[in-house]
Amino acid sequence: MEHYLGIFVRAVFIENMALTFFLGMCTFIAISKKISTAFGLGVAVVVVLAITVPVNNLIFNLFLREGALAWAGFPNVDLSFLGLLSYIGVIAAMVQILEMVLDRYVPVLYNALGVFLPLITVNCAILGASLMMIDQDQTFGESVVFGLGAGVGWALAITALAGVREKLKYSDVPEGLRGLGITFISVGLISMCFMSFGGIDI
Amino acid sequence: MATQKEVLIDPIFNNNPIALQVLGICSALAVTINMATTLVMCLAVIFVCTMSNLAVSLVRNRVPTNIRIIVQMTIISSLVIVVDQVLQAVAYDISKSLSVFVGLIITNCIVMGRAEAFAMQNGPWLSALDGFGNALGYSVILIGVALVREPLGSGTLLGYEIIPTVANGGWYLPNGLLLLAPSAFFIIGLFIWAIRAWKVDQIEEPEYEIAPNGQYANGRHGEAV
Repeated sequence: MEHYLGIFVRAVFIENMALTFFLGMCTFIAISKKISTAFGLGVAVVVVLAITVPVNNLIFNLFLREGALAWAGFPNVDLSFLGLLSYIGVIAAMVQILEMVLDRYVPVLYNALGVFLPLITVNCAILGASLMMIDQDQTFGESVVFGLGAGVGWALAITALAGVREKLKYSDVPEGLRGLGITFISVGLISMCFMSFGGIDI
Repeated sequence: MATQKEVLIDPIFNNNPIALQVLGICSALAVTINMATTLVMCLAVIFVCTMSNLAVSLVRNRVPTNIRIIVQMTIISSLVIVVDQVLQAVAYDISKSLSVFVGLIITNCIVMGRAEAFAMQNGPWLSALDGFGNALGYSVILIGVALVREPLGSGTLLGYEIIPTVANGGWYLPNGLLLLAPSAFFIIGLFIWAIRAWKVDQIEEPEYEIAPNGQYANGRHGEAV
């Protein structure tokens, strides 16, 4: 249990997707002008990450890994080079399915998320988390916790940035820095704050 | 000829993908700690972006619009797989230090964005130029950031020592902050400032006009200020 808690805390604070690995930066910068939309997008990312990372973990371990196809009679086949193509396929398919399921059964959430759902396919945080999971060779249980943690961390970061930006628009910023420039510098400062979590080890 | 030149040169400063279009920041920043990985990353993006724009443009009239995203994704991921395999064969160390970021070229918004915004409407030659130009604009920023981070962060450039550090008996105490994530954000922010100080038309309009100081500063009651 402690091991899983450690992975979760690590994924949320210490190895935050957005602020330490720069993943999902484009959406992070583009959709952080208002807290409410930022939070909606954050929730969508949590849901998608918590589903796709474990699914990709299963696909890697059951089909693509070297020797994984032994159950089908091909013990020497190594399909790991097909990884990228399969992960992005899984992500695109998952997002599509999630969209349909939400539309049918949870219309409230579906309407709240709106256009953000399809956009998530091209969010690098999703693919990045899957690739990191493969890189660290996690087990299925670990990948569930890691996916959830990575999503929560990203959502936390984008909501924090949206909060800062809502205040920022009332301040007198030098001309050239207005908009994008000052946003980058604020992200840098937030990222420094998150670094103070480093060294925490559970 | 003018349009070809425009398509190629424009994205480098006038319409830079990172500084103005907010595309492709994702996989960009983490690789800029040292110059060698940055250069490899830039070459990879230039290759993928040019080829994907070319390929997407070639098939653009034969693909039904509702499956175009899947087609683009497939083209892009196949190209990235090629790059990944070549890197693992030729430069294994660099491919290890780039780790997941090669794979992340797939979701690099520059590649997707240009395929969708430009290659779907234009001929193959112009599209390839556009892809090349945008990838160059991306590379300019990346190399610029690496040029600041590597020398000041570890006193080297491309692995050669250019500022002798204290640890090696020199005088320079490396600034550890530049090896960490936040520095990349600061440097890009300052870069954007520099570009906008030069190209004044890129400055964004303020959302709120700040009133000048003082209660009667704008002569609200008709008094002289």
